[in-house]
Amino acid sequence: MLTIAGKTFNSRLFTGTGKFSSSALMEEALLASGSELVTVALKRVDVKNNQQDDLLIRLKYPHINLLPNTSGVRNAKEAVFAAQLAREALETNWIKLEIHPDPKYLMPDPIETLKATEELAKMGFVVMPYIHADPVLCKRLEDAGTAVVMPLGSPIGSNKGLKTIDFLEIIISQSNVPVIVDAGIGSPSDAAKAMEIGADAVLVNTAIAVSNDPVKMAVAFQMAVEAGRMAFEAKLALPVVHAIASSPLTSFLDE
Amino acid sequence: MSSFNDIFETYNWDDTKASIYAKTSADVERALVASKRTLEDFKALVSPAAAPYLEQMAAISQQLTLKRFGKVIQLYVPLYLSNECNNICTYCGFSYDNKVRRKTLSPMEIMQEVAVIKDMGYDHVLLVTGEANLTVNVDYFKKTLDLIRPHFAHISMEVQPLDLEDYGQLTPYGLNTVLVYQETYHQEDYKKHHPKGKKSNFQYRLETPDRLGQAGIHKMGLGVLIGLEDWRTDCFFTALHLNYLEKQYWQSKYSLSFPRLRPFSGGLEPKVEMSDRELVQLICAYRLFNEEVELSISTRESSNFRNNIIKLGITSISAGSKTNPGGYAVEPEALEQFEISDERSPQEIAKMIRAQGYEPVWKDWDNCLVK
Repeated sequence: MLTIAGKTFNSRLFTGTGKFSSSALMEEALLASGSELVTVALKRVDVKNNQQDDLLIRLKYPHINLLPNTSGVRNAKEAVFAAQLAREALETNWIKLEIHPDPKYLMPDPIETLKATEELAKMGFVVMPYIHADPVLCKRLEDAGTAVVMPLGSPIGSNKGLKTIDFLEIIISQSNVPVIVDAGIGSPSDAAKAMEIGADAVLVNTAIAVSNDPVKMAVAFQMAVEAGRMAFEAKLALPVVHAIASSPLTSFLDE
Repeated sequence: MSSFNDIFETYNWDDTKASIYAKTSADVERALVASKRTLEDFKALVSPAAAPYLEQMAAISQQLTLKRFGKVIQLYVPLYLSNECNNICTYCGFSYDNKVRRKTLSPMEIMQEVAVIKDMGYDHVLLVTGEANLTVNVDYFKKTLDLIRPHFAHISMEVQPLDLEDYGQLTPYGLNTVLVYQETYHQEDYKKHHPKGKKSNFQYRLETPDRLGQAGIHKMGLGVLIGLEDWRTDCFFTALHLNYLEKQYWQSKYSLSFPRLRPFSGGLEPKVEMSDRELVQLICAYRLFNEEVELSISTRESSNFRNNIIKLGITSISAGSKTNPGGYAVEPEALEQFEISDERSPQEIAKMIRAQGYEPVWKDWDNCLVK
């Protein structure tokens, strides 16, 4: 079981609420996924009248934990303010930190993210920062009191899979906090791969929301994440990378 | 400080136009399969040579839009604050030489309009005015923003170009997005269509997005008025402008509009007609050229066209619009800027969007996010 800030999760598939063709379909898909942590963009919900917000109403299940995200903010100051707003409106001190000053590729700003993590951790937030697959930044975030790290697999929304796999492996090997692969996962096989290399969880949104059958795709991801995790726990056999030469290179030693 | 003008000056309208019309089907096919599309690819995609490839363009455009934006369409509505204007623009109902009664909404009238717009379900409003610097100026905008800010999550503005300091003054009041259309990039024709008023200064307008970028505006909207000049060439220059701005002001978001000249009282006949088919080609060409740019369509277009364009690359749409100050509540009969074509209510449009398998989004920003 995965534990983050004292909360345990049966499912290692985290999901998002964007891009669905209707909020009813979103609800159905998220239920089918078995996901217990669902991120919601603060900018999309009505923070003032959150009891009437259509998106939030559809996420009211005992097993679903809300993870508000700061999508839209451009620096640490705005992120801290948004986190406080989210805590008040959604009554959770969990926050997915997304600081992307670049609205084209939505690349996370490492400097502002580190700053905001330091501040928010001090204020008692459970901070889950979306970052580049940067092993050094991950260690710095650990020092700053982050609850997890959420490195990207490839550009957000790109469905390109684990382009950063070499860096993800380094991060996983040296992390003391859970590692959640956050962006770019385009297919269940990508999710399975992330779990096989030892990621603690994955976050998937676009690939589910934009598929022709989001409910079916949600189940496919659920199964892939479980399969990948099981393979990781069972220890994958190492692939044989070399063939045996027909004239052995070291046979002279036996002569 | 460098500006788009430095790049613009290296282009010549006639040569650019000729190069677009010289594109061949081989150029189009190359553009269709390219993984990153260049400005030359964009030329091919808006050229007459691309016409037979419209279905393929639409399929790629749909896919790219789904990937980036998902199955959602944003909704917004204009709020016309004033039709006072000191400019002469040959194509506009608010033109100084058009003998109509002028009106600028008072604070109380603005709130009457706001009440109706809120009732329609809107959380994103676009403030529109003419250019009358004595009455409708930065002070008026500040007062208006202050007044309406508590009622909207997202405020956009389409008013006269302002100085850098002015934009800097308005952002703390909750201004998020500014639309400023060049109308045409054809310099001589621009002068013909804007013979009098501050707007006749082509270069000041051309450099407005630079000032917006310098002021750190979150989102800016570009476009030309289609019908004034050869649309393929004008839209190429829009793409060139967008390309420049994205690199220069990488922290801003961008949106594009493609308004076709509409009838209004005493109005101008379009010099160039653009068919529905050509408008679809343009929308798809923009999407193939830029996966991230928002594409917006207004009530100028017909119901049938708007129903079918939802799935082809558009990301935001207005509905239930009135184009006259006071049009929602205060003075519904006053002169409008242009005739709207799609008169359906926002709820009818939302229903249509759902019927297409898309989710209408009323709120995708929150003023609270800006400290």
